[in-house]
Amino acid sequence: MSDHEYTPSSKFGKWFNDRLPLLTLGKHLTDYPTPKNLNYWWTFGGILTFCLITQIVTGLILAMHYVAHADLAFGSVEHIMRNVNYGWLIRYVHANGASMFFLAVYIHIFRSLYYGSYKSPREIIWILGMIIYILMMAAAFMGYVLPWGQMSFWGATVITNLFSAIPLVGESIVTWLWGGYSVDNPTLTRFFSLHYLIPFLILGLVVLHIWALHVPGNNNPIGIDLKKPSKDTVPFHPYIVIKDLFALLIFLIVFAFFVFYSPNILGHADNYIEANPMVTPAHIVPEWYLLPFYAILRSVPDKLLGVIAMFGALFILVILPWLDTSKTRSAVFRPLYKQFYWFLVADVLILGYVGAMPAEGIYLLVARVATAYYFAHFLIILPILSKKEKVLDVPLSITEPVLGGSVSASVVRERKDKL
Amino acid sequence: MSEKKVKRREFIFTATYAVGAVGVGATVWPLIDQMNPDASVKALASTEVDVSNVEKGQSITVLWRGKPVFIRRRTDEEIAEARDVNLEELKHPEKDEDRAKDPEWLVMLGVCTHLGCVPLGDKGEYGGWFCPCHGSHYDTSGRIRKGPAPTNMEVPKYEFVNSNTIKIG
Repeated sequence: MSDHEYTPSSKFGKWFNDRLPLLTLGKHLTDYPTPKNLNYWWTFGGILTFCLITQIVTGLILAMHYVAHADLAFGSVEHIMRNVNYGWLIRYVHANGASMFFLAVYIHIFRSLYYGSYKSPREIIWILGMIIYILMMAAAFMGYVLPWGQMSFWGATVITNLFSAIPLVGESIVTWLWGGYSVDNPTLTRFFSLHYLIPFLILGLVVLHIWALHVPGNNNPIGIDLKKPSKDTVPFHPYIVIKDLFALLIFLIVFAFFVFYSPNILGHADNYIEANPMVTPAHIVPEWYLLPFYAILRSVPDKLLGVIAMFGALFILVILPWLDTSKTRSAVFRPLYKQFYWFLVADVLILGYVGAMPAEGIYLLVARVATAYYFAHFLIILPILSKKEKVLDVPLSITEPVLGGSVSASVVRERKDKL
Repeated sequence: MSEKKVKRREFIFTATYAVGAVGVGATVWPLIDQMNPDASVKALASTEVDVSNVEKGQSITVLWRGKPVFIRRRTDEEIAEARDVNLEELKHPEKDEDRAKDPEWLVMLGVCTHLGCVPLGDKGEYGGWFCPCHGSHYDTSGRIRKGPAPTNMEVPKYEFVNSNTIKIG
């Protein structure tokens, strides 16, 4: 924020800005020099901000009508759907909004993996992002419990029981989480309280995430350091603002499709049955965005090790900047990493698929192989690639490959051969 | 002289941190402990169940502390099957004699010890229970035989108040 001094033109503006430099902040944000080669994968940060605000606003409204009590919660959700003016719309936006939020965050994370945005000097941005991601999962899980349907109840039972795998104190921790001897009213009320809190924690972390981003500036598709501002950058406003808004518009078409044409397709019919502690639904499946981790949990035959593997799959992402130490950021210039990147994408999709299937026979076998590969990617393949991979020559500036014709690896290689 | 002063100051610092830590701990504990089961939850600790209508080979499920309890009146074959098992084959070795004091009556928490789902009766490869969530198989004594669950289904504290009534808890 210290990249320029700003003096407001009006007298009042100057008086105010001397006392609270909000106008300086505004000027920083509009002028913020952005690499001019950012592609549409870079628009998901803005889309995610939109998702967070949508969830907070619709959630605030739902909380005005929802009753957090085991006997009343299920009915109050139906009350929202049937009686409250536009309640159906607000609830469907909130419920599908969670899925859209995760869709966007997965694209955002995989963009970061492809272009090496987690590498030095952006490790803190990455770690903050991972904390946000973990908090998102906690918020989504607790939110799913609130309607107090069968999936809510049994999802809450299974997930809280994960902690019973901890040796010695596991059972006491689970009882403490529940506030009783099973998931019941005390569990519901505390989940509601925390579900309300977490989005604001996320909001605070998003501010830090963006602050940390604005120190080194954006990474870019060719992953090189830029001089800022320079011929390689454009001001955030209007260039990036317009591009982000256009991408948001396209994203909203998808969002609206789910809300208006298939609002329940991402949910489970069982959740329209009120919670019953005596009967477990035949098929307990978490929401789609948690399926890869669920598959990892189920692929390990031991309870404690399964839980460790599941949380390990998350934690391993946090330390990624120290597992992949290759100096070249973008996969564009890493021919081997690029291939393994797509293997990882396929691996995670496969894990997601088998996570939705029953844990038996061929599905279990596939889940085990995919789990092993997931860990191998981070613990074996990336450290080896960091040392052994022959990377391509990286252009000196964004302008160079643009004027030269292309950033594609083949062109770069050709040019290298000629030299 | 100056060395002595430093030592005294360090002592005061350490003592201050120690007292401060105790104070913080004492303040935080109520904030944590409030989440443990409250008096009203603990008050519902026992349930009496009438089992006079349960025939051989039938089970009933009752709710105790918010959890299902399976009460099964076992057939002679089931009892024989449960008692014939070689304990060394078991993941969590427990004699059926210890689990069912009266061999005809098996009383246990109907909660899978893996992640807490309710297993289905008369299912699975061992003629007992099968958990649909993650595929744990239990035998006719509710012992884990196959799948991810680490231990047998738990037998709660119970007693026969008279020949028709079981008190759980």
